[in-house]
Amino acid sequence: MSAALPLYTTPLQRIGHWILWIFCAAVLVFLIAPVLVVAPLAFNNEPYFHFPVKVYSLRWFHELFTNPAWLHAIYNSVITAVLATLLATTLGTLAAVGLNHHNLPGKRLIMAVLVSPMIVPVVVLAVGSYFFFSKLGIANNLLGIVLVHAVLGMPFVVITVTATLGGFDMNLMRAARGLGASQLTAFRRVMLPIVWPGVLSGALFAFATSFDEVVVVLFLGGPEQTTLPRQMWTGLREQLSPTILSAAFMLILFAISMLLLLELLRRRSVALRGVVE
Amino acid sequence: MFNKIHLSALTVVGAAVIAILPATGAAQQALTIASWGGAYATSQIEAYHKPFEAKTGTKITSVDWGGTLGEISAQVKSGNVKWDVVDLEAAEALKGCEEGLLEKIDPAKLPAGADGTPAAKDFIPGMILPCAIGVIVYSNVVAYDKAKYGANGPKTLEDFFNVTKFPGKRGLKKDPSVTLEWALMADGVAVGDVYKVLGTPAGVDRAFKKLDTIKNDVVWWTAGAQPPQLLASGEVVMTHTWHGRVVTANLTEKKDFAIVWDGQVQIPDLYAIIKGTKNSALAQDFIRFASSSQPLADQAKWIPYAPTRKSSLALIPASNPYKVWLPNAGHPGRSMSTNSQFWMESGDDLNKRFAAWLAK
Amino acid sequence: MVADSTTALGQRLRKAERRGHFWAYVLIAPLFLFVALSFIVPLGTVLLNSVYDPIISDNLAHTVRALDAWNGPRDQVPPEPVFAALAQDLKVAVQEQKAGSIANRLNIEESGLRTIFMRAARRVAAQEEGPWTPFFEAADPAWVQPLIWGNIRNLAAPTHSLFFLSALDSRRLADDSVAPQPEDQRIHITIYLRTLGVALTVTLACLALGFPLAYLLAHLRDKTANLLLILVLLPFWTSLLVRTTAWMVVLQKEGVINSLLQALGLIAEPLPLVFNRFGVVTAMTHILLPFMILPMYSVMRQIPASYVRAARSLGASPSTTFLRVYLPQCVPGIGAGALLVFILALGYYITPALLGGSTDQMISYFVADNMGRSLNWGLASALAAILLAAVLVLYAIYDRIAGPGNLKLG
Repeated sequence: MSAALPLYTTPLQRIGHWILWIFCAAVLVFLIAPVLVVAPLAFNNEPYFHFPVKVYSLRWFHELFTNPAWLHAIYNSVITAVLATLLATTLGTLAAVGLNHHNLPGKRLIMAVLVSPMIVPVVVLAVGSYFFFSKLGIANNLLGIVLVHAVLGMPFVVITVTATLGGFDMNLMRAARGLGASQLTAFRRVMLPIVWPGVLSGALFAFATSFDEVVVVLFLGGPEQTTLPRQMWTGLREQLSPTILSAAFMLILFAISMLLLLELLRRRSVALRGVVE
Repeated sequence: MFNKIHLSALTVVGAAVIAILPATGAAQQALTIASWGGAYATSQIEAYHKPFEAKTGTKITSVDWGGTLGEISAQVKSGNVKWDVVDLEAAEALKGCEEGLLEKIDPAKLPAGADGTPAAKDFIPGMILPCAIGVIVYSNVVAYDKAKYGANGPKTLEDFFNVTKFPGKRGLKKDPSVTLEWALMADGVAVGDVYKVLGTPAGVDRAFKKLDTIKNDVVWWTAGAQPPQLLASGEVVMTHTWHGRVVTANLTEKKDFAIVWDGQVQIPDLYAIIKGTKNSALAQDFIRFASSSQPLADQAKWIPYAPTRKSSLALIPASNPYKVWLPNAGHPGRSMSTNSQFWMESGDDLNKRFAAWLAK
Repeated sequence: MVADSTTALGQRLRKAERRGHFWAYVLIAPLFLFVALSFIVPLGTVLLNSVYDPIISDNLAHTVRALDAWNGPRDQVPPEPVFAALAQDLKVAVQEQKAGSIANRLNIEESGLRTIFMRAARRVAAQEEGPWTPFFEAADPAWVQPLIWGNIRNLAAPTHSLFFLSALDSRRLADDSVAPQPEDQRIHITIYLRTLGVALTVTLACLALGFPLAYLLAHLRDKTANLLLILVLLPFWTSLLVRTTAWMVVLQKEGVINSLLQALGLIAEPLPLVFNRFGVVTAMTHILLPFMILPMYSVMRQIPASYVRAARSLGASPSTTFLRVYLPQCVPGIGAGALLVFILALGYYITPALLGGSTDQMISYFVADNMGRSLNWGLASALAAILLAAVLVLYAIYDRIAGPGNLKLG
C-alpha cells in the first residue's frame, strides 16, 4: 500500500489517514528532536546549557581534545571497546555457527541463556562482577571491564549472525565439503566471505554497547579506568560542564556513522546472499 | 579479501595489546588523592599537590568523591584500594579509624610550625586524630544571589525555612549532617542544645517535621560545585553551600552571591590514608607536607578556608582578599562547630532515616 | 536384507547427526564457558551474598559456640561463660580492628547497638580476666538486657534470611519473631510498587506512541519505510547518556520546551518538567520506544495484506476489519514489544538517577545506594536478587511468546 489512498475511501477515512500521518510525524519528531537539539549547544561559546546561542565557537571541542582527563577517558573507552568487541565477536560468531546446526537439542535453551545478558538489569551484573572480580583481583583493571563488556555485547553478535546465517544457503557448504574441503576450509572460504557483513554488524553493535556502557565502569573501574561515558556521568551529576555537550555531539556523529555503516553492510549482506530486494 | 580482514584484525589486536599494557601496568611514583572537587580541589592542587610533585617527582591524580565511609569501606573490604589519600570530615575519620579502614598516622613525625611551635600545640585542638590530620576548617552557610533579592534577601536561618516570605526552591546537601542541625535551630533550639536535642528520638522527629515543611521546595545537591551553579542558573533562590565555593565564585567568576552567616556550622577537613594502599609511606610524606604551615597558608590564596595551624594564620598576608571571608573573621549571627563524636555514633542511624525520608 | 541395509543406513545417519551435534556443541562451548564465568558466576555471587553473612559467625566464633551450648530462651540474659567468650572474641576483634564492622552490622538490625557494642570494645583491652558480666554491665547496662543478645543470636548462623526480610520491609526481633520495620524505614515495598508503576506507564506510553508508527511503517513502501526507520534507529544508536543529557537540556527550566511555551505566551512561569516523574517517564519512553517499534514492525510487515482486503470485500467496515482481522495478528509483536520494554524498564538506573527527583528512584538505584553509600552489601544483594527473579520470570514468559531470536535489531 502506498501513501496514495484508494478512491473508495470515505471522507472520515481520509481524515483518519491524515491524523495517523500527523500523529506519526509527531512521534518521529519526539524521537529525533532531543538528539538534534543537543548539537548546536555544543558550539555555544558561553558555558550555558540553554538557547539562544549568541556566539558560536569550538572552545568546548578544544577542551575535549586537550584536557588530559577527557583524553584519557576517550583512550580508555576505545581500548575497552575494541578488546571487548574482538572477544564478543570471535566467541559469538563461533557459537552462532554452532547454533545454526539444524535440530540441535537444547538450542532454544542455549539461545535464551546467551541472550540473557541483554535482559538482565546491568546493575545486578555490575554488582556481581564487582564481588567476583574483586576476589580474583582484576576489579580495578581494564581487564575486568573488558570481560563484562564482552558479555554485554555478545548477545548482539549471536543474534545478528544467527539472523544472517538463517538466510545463508547451507547447500554451498555441502557443495564445498563434497568437493573435498575440510570443515575449517569450507567455513573460512565459503561461509565467512558471505556472512561477514552480518558478523561485522554484530561487531558494531557490540562496540557501541561497550562504548556507551557506564554502570559497569562505575562499579568496576577506578580513577585510572575512567571511560568517556563515566566522565560524562560525573559531569552530568556534578559539574555540568559544556564539554559534555561536545562529547555528546561527537557521540551523535559516531551514531550516525554507525547507522550508515550498518545500512551499507545490510545491503552488502543481502547482495552476497543473492536475495533480490 | 578475507585475508585482508585477517591481517587488519591481527594488526588491531596487536596494537590494542601493546597499547593496553601501559594502561594497566604499574605506575612510577604516584599518588591518588580523593577530595571534593571544584574550587576546593583546585586550592589543594595548587597549594599542596603541585609543590609536592615538584619536590618529590611524584605524579598525583586527583579524584572526586562523595564523602561517605561506604566508598572507602567498599575498597578496603573488596581488596581493591583505588585511592591513597582521602580528604574527609572528622566523624568519618573517627569511625573509619575504629573500623580499620584508615592507617594510623604518627603525630610525633609531624613537623613543627613555621614559627617553631611544636605540632601538638600548633594545631587547633581536635585536629590530630589517630588516623587523620586536620587541614582546614570551612563553614556551611546559606547563600543567595544579590541579583535576585538585592538588599531584601534572607538574613537568618529561619528565613531559609520560610517559604511564604521567600518563595522558591532551596538547595540542600543530600545529607542529614547540617540539614538536621539547621532544622532544629530554625525551630527554636539554642546552639548549645542542638546535639542534646538531636540525640533524642523526639528531637530527631522534630527536625524531620521541620524539614517536611520545605521538602517539596528542595533541590538536593551532592557535589560542592553544584550550589553556585544552582544559584547562577536560577534553579534555586537560596541554597546551603560550603562558604568558600560562593566566595571564589564572586571573586573569580564575577558573581554577586551573598552569604547568610547566621547559623553557620563549621566543619574541619582532614587528610587520611586508606588502609591497604601500596603507597603508604609516600602518602604519609604527602600529609606531613600538606599539613605544614606554609602549604596551609597557601591554600587560603585560592579559597577562604581557615588553616588548622595557628602558625599558618600569621603567614596569610593582609592583602589576601579571602582573609575577610575566613569563618571566624567576625561574622554576625549564630555560629557552631559540628560535633564529630555525635555524628560518628549516630551517623549510620540518621543516614538510614534520612534516606528513607527522602525516598517517600 | 533390505531391512538390514535400511537399519544400517539409519544408524549411520544418526551417528553422523550426533557427530554434527558434537561439533556444534564444541563451537558453542567457548562462549558458553565465557558466559558462565563472566555472567552466571557473578549473578550467583549476588544471590550468595544475599544470604551468606559470616561476620558474626567468623568474628565472634567463641561467643556463638557458647550461646549454642547455653541455648536459653530469648527473653533471658546469657550466663557468665557466654560473656567470657564474648570478651575473648572482642579482644581479638579490637586487635584486628574488626570491632567497628561488627558494631555496624549489629546496628543495621537495631539502632543503638553500635554504641553499646563499641563501649565494651573500647574498654575490653584494659581488663585481663573475669568476672565478665559486671564488666559488660559497667560498660553499658544494655548488655544485661536480652535485646543485644537476641540480635547476636539472629546473626549467629553464617547464612540467614535477614537481608530478604529487610528487602521486604520486615525484620527479625530479638525474640526471634518477625515484625514489620519501623514506620520511617518502610520504603522497599513502596519502591517495588513505584518501579512496577513506572515500568507499566512507560510500556503503555511506548505502546500508544509506537503502535501507530509501526503500523504506518509496515504499510509504506520498503524504501520509504527504511528511510523513516533511520529516524527510529538514530536515537537507538545514540549513547544513553547523550539522550539523557538531551532531555535535561530540553526539559530544564530555561530549556527548549519552557522557552518555547513562554515565547508563545502560553505560560508565565516555567513548568517543572525535569527532576520529577514526568521527566523520568518521558525520557524512558523516548529511549525504549525503538524496542517497542522494531518487534511490532517486523511482525506487522509479515501480515499478508490479502486478509484485510478479503475482510473488506466480505463487507466488514474498516474498524471491524482492524479489530477482528488485523489486530489479532499483531498480538505476538505487541506482546513481544511490550514485555521487552517492561523488562528493560524495570532494571533502569541511569535515567531516573539523572533526571528524577529523590522520590522517583527505582530498585536499581537502591541496589547501587546500598552498595556504595550505606555499605549494606547483603541488602543490596537481596534487592538485586528480587529484581533478577522478577526479570527472569518475565523473560521466561517472553521466551514463550517470541523466542529470543526474534529480537530484530534493524
